[in-house]
Amino acid sequence: MAVKDLTQPVPGTYLFDGKMAKKGYGLNKMCYSFNEQAARDEFNEDPDAYCAKFGLTEKQIKAIHDRDIIGLLQEGGSIYYVAKFAGLLKLNMQDIGAIQTGLSLDEFKALLVKNGSGEA
Amino acid sequence: MANIIGAVTTSHIPAIANAMANKQEDTPYWKPFFDGYPPVRKWLNEKQPDVIVLFYNDHGLEFFIDKKPTFAIGVADEYHNSDEGWGIATIPPVTGESELSWHIANSLVEDGFDMTICQEMKVDHGLTVPLSLMWPGNNYGHVKVIPVCINCEQHPMPQPWRCFELGKAIGKAIESYDEDITVAIFGTGGLSHQLDGERAGIINREFDIECMDKLVSDPESLTKYSNLDLVKIGGAQTVELNMWIAMRGALRGKVTELHRNYHAPISNTGSGVLLLEHEMPSK
Repeated sequence: MAVKDLTQPVPGTYLFDGKMAKKGYGLNKMCYSFNEQAARDEFNEDPDAYCAKFGLTEKQIKAIHDRDIIGLLQEGGSIYYVAKFAGLLKLNMQDIGAIQTGLSLDEFKALLVKNGSGEA
Repeated sequence: MANIIGAVTTSHIPAIANAMANKQEDTPYWKPFFDGYPPVRKWLNEKQPDVIVLFYNDHGLEFFIDKKPTFAIGVADEYHNSDEGWGIATIPPVTGESELSWHIANSLVEDGFDMTICQEMKVDHGLTVPLSLMWPGNNYGHVKVIPVCINCEQHPMPQPWRCFELGKAIGKAIESYDEDITVAIFGTGGLSHQLDGERAGIINREFDIECMDKLVSDPESLTKYSNLDLVKIGGAQTVELNMWIAMRGALRGKVTELHRNYHAPISNTGSGVLLLEHEMPSK
């Protein structure tokens, strides 16, 4: 987070509020469409065309291309809709956690075990 | 008169449904989690509640952010699950209880809870995973379910105190229903977890266990937290505790803890089960 955002008081957390909901509307709407197999197929066939259909911004399109989960959140993605994009890529919640924290999958799983045991 | 006989809290993580579908209950990873459920299943089979009022949150299946209800209640005779974007298999329909649903909806709006009232409502893993967990093999068709959906996805979200009050108003509505039926309340989701951001992976075991204690003995004390407090203490999705708090609000009589289990992590989450018995308040 290059610029400190006073509406985001918890570091490393992207509270999905009105500002984010507005910013990410098209992105989230696209990801919401992934509830349908036909939409997932259409995206897979031509991701750029599908992004254009929902009016994604350049930054959002880049984050989709790069599978940049943090970038998607910063551009207004809600984790629940981003998770549907991740599902399309066959990534689960631990995969997404690893990507966001910059850890390997095994390291992220170990972090969960450590936190879950109350050692942290 | 409708009688609230007890309550159950449980996690509703999608991975649980996958573990059941793939017969992984006895693997070292899953066993400590699934070991928490037989006593709850036994109680449900013995008591055979006619109706379950189930608090859950929709994770973007029925409700998109074009129109996001703060509180919604289903009043249908039947609910369907659907593909949530991962191509997972859908499961049998969930039976509803239209008459009592409308009674609750009428009573809630009368009491100042302006519900979104749904005659059609797709129900996602937040509602279906608890049913699959309680009735293995998805044999839940005999029990009537009333879905109550709380916004836990988009801020502003209803605060814990407000969810507690909603629960109380639902308890009052059920108490005033003039049919001789038994009701159990389910609070689902939670406990501590964070899925998004560089802070993903947070679990607060100590806080989770304290919440389970307080939920039994001193639920009012949990209403002092704000949603932002919950985010800071347990991670962004810890706000799902609101469904547990709402459940507890509905229990206005005497509450006895019959069983509990806590295990972390399951998927990215601290996972708790509580079975509470309830004696109706005296008139």
